[in-house]
Amino acid sequence: MRDVAVVSFAQSPHVRREQNRNEVEILMPVVREARERSGIAHDEIDFVCSGSTDYLAGQSFAFVAGLDGIGAWPPVSESHVEMDGAWALYEAWVKIQMGYADTALVYGFGKSSPGDLPEVMALQLDPYVLTPLWPDAVSMAALQARKCLDEGVLTEADMAAVAARDRRHAESNPFAQVKGSADPEALLAEPTLVSPLRKHDCAPISDGAAAVILAADDVARRVCERPAWISGIHHIVEPQDPGLRDLTRSRSTEIAADKAGVGAGTVDVAEIHGPFTHQEILIEKALGLGPDTTVNPSGGALAANPMMTAGLIRIGEAARRIQDGSAGRTVAHATSGPCLQQNLVCVMEGR
Amino acid sequence: MSDESAEGPVEIIQCPVELDYTYTAGQATTRFLRGVGEGKLLGQRCIVCGKIYVASRGACPIHGVPTGPETVEVSDKGTLVSFSIVRIPSENLSVDPPFAAISVLLDGSDSTFMHVLSDCPLEEVRMGMRVEAVWIPKEEWTTSLKNITHFRPLDEPDAPYDSYKEHL
Repeated sequence: MRDVAVVSFAQSPHVRREQNRNEVEILMPVVREARERSGIAHDEIDFVCSGSTDYLAGQSFAFVAGLDGIGAWPPVSESHVEMDGAWALYEAWVKIQMGYADTALVYGFGKSSPGDLPEVMALQLDPYVLTPLWPDAVSMAALQARKCLDEGVLTEADMAAVAARDRRHAESNPFAQVKGSADPEALLAEPTLVSPLRKHDCAPISDGAAAVILAADDVARRVCERPAWISGIHHIVEPQDPGLRDLTRSRSTEIAADKAGVGAGTVDVAEIHGPFTHQEILIEKALGLGPDTTVNPSGGALAANPMMTAGLIRIGEAARRIQDGSAGRTVAHATSGPCLQQNLVCVMEGR
Repeated sequence: MSDESAEGPVEIIQCPVELDYTYTAGQATTRFLRGVGEGKLLGQRCIVCGKIYVASRGACPIHGVPTGPETVEVSDKGTLVSFSIVRIPSENLSVDPPFAAISVLLDGSDSTFMHVLSDCPLEEVRMGMRVEAVWIPKEEWTTSLKNITHFRPLDEPDAPYDSYKEHL
């Protein structure tokens, strides 16, 4: 295996509605910042991979416009996943492992504000039996939360505690959209939004972008004082039909965490991509984290949740803490699909 | 044989999709559309290579840097660099087929622009042809490209191939 590291990370401020900028205008400064921070010149980037979904813009091939923001002439080696940018990072990592590239630019962007996001997300479901019912994303998550509560896996108080913790962490994150929280007891007094979920249980709807630069071996050592070396990365998908899955645990995260080697050492920081509080609890359990791990110091997806980007941000945030020396070993998690259908786990360490 | 196979497979289901989107044009397209509202076609310049893009989305696709914010007015006359004869009707089209969908290199611009050619026999449509925009009456202008109904031929000699060969 080649040694591959995150050497640079940048993100936009995440907001509910980018009134004045289109996707490319949001993305461009982020890509430029990640590149400049890496010290790797544009023509030294061997591979470019992005994550986004055309359904947010409601236009086919909307992702191609993103390429205008990176400078694709002379032609570049490029790929795109209709998924979170964390999976674009995985593709780039594989490309580097295969020896086809030494460096890669990975980015994700999501401008959800033009459409009705919970409705748009119904289109990721099975088109024959589920999408025709138009279950929105919040309702799908609420079904999962209800099942977890009924089976005693977690409580509404646990969920409120997660919301309060993450949004208090977000107070020190200049890019976060939702910062600060009332006490969990006060949160529980609020009415439900889609029972059993209250507003604090749901990630905000966000517009934003993020970019990461990967580099292998000596290139990483040359450009970065303390690279965040990827010691393990793995992703697993579960069946599309939620009725075929155990929604009260995340088996795919458990397997991915095992394959990525989460348990092989202490975890100083874990960045979890949980768009709903109960999902964050399920992931925390599936990763097998102990009390010594700081979870979501950035505030996680509950503080800012740009679609197709929030998972990549988790990797960037977990890497950043290795680069600044505040952590020795970190874990990042990304999710995709309804009710935690697909999960990616990335372990990074300083050496 | 089971009853299911006797009836055959279900081959069609109806699953209507209706999603509403409210777009914002973004900074660069807003600058362009404001110009269109005043009868001007405004290009935006790449700060690295100086190329002028008309209907810029805010980036130089070659260099990946923002265009603008200053604008450069380009001509509403240009050279037809490519075309296709459209013979299939569509409810979204304001012209009846057959017509020529054209790619125009406006004078002063470094990027091409898609529109429709009319007032011209289809057999005369050709690369290099000089064309100009036909605007609707000024009092009807809005911040929309519908201000230009179509392009029509100019009574000028064809542009030499070398002047547009990079835009094919």
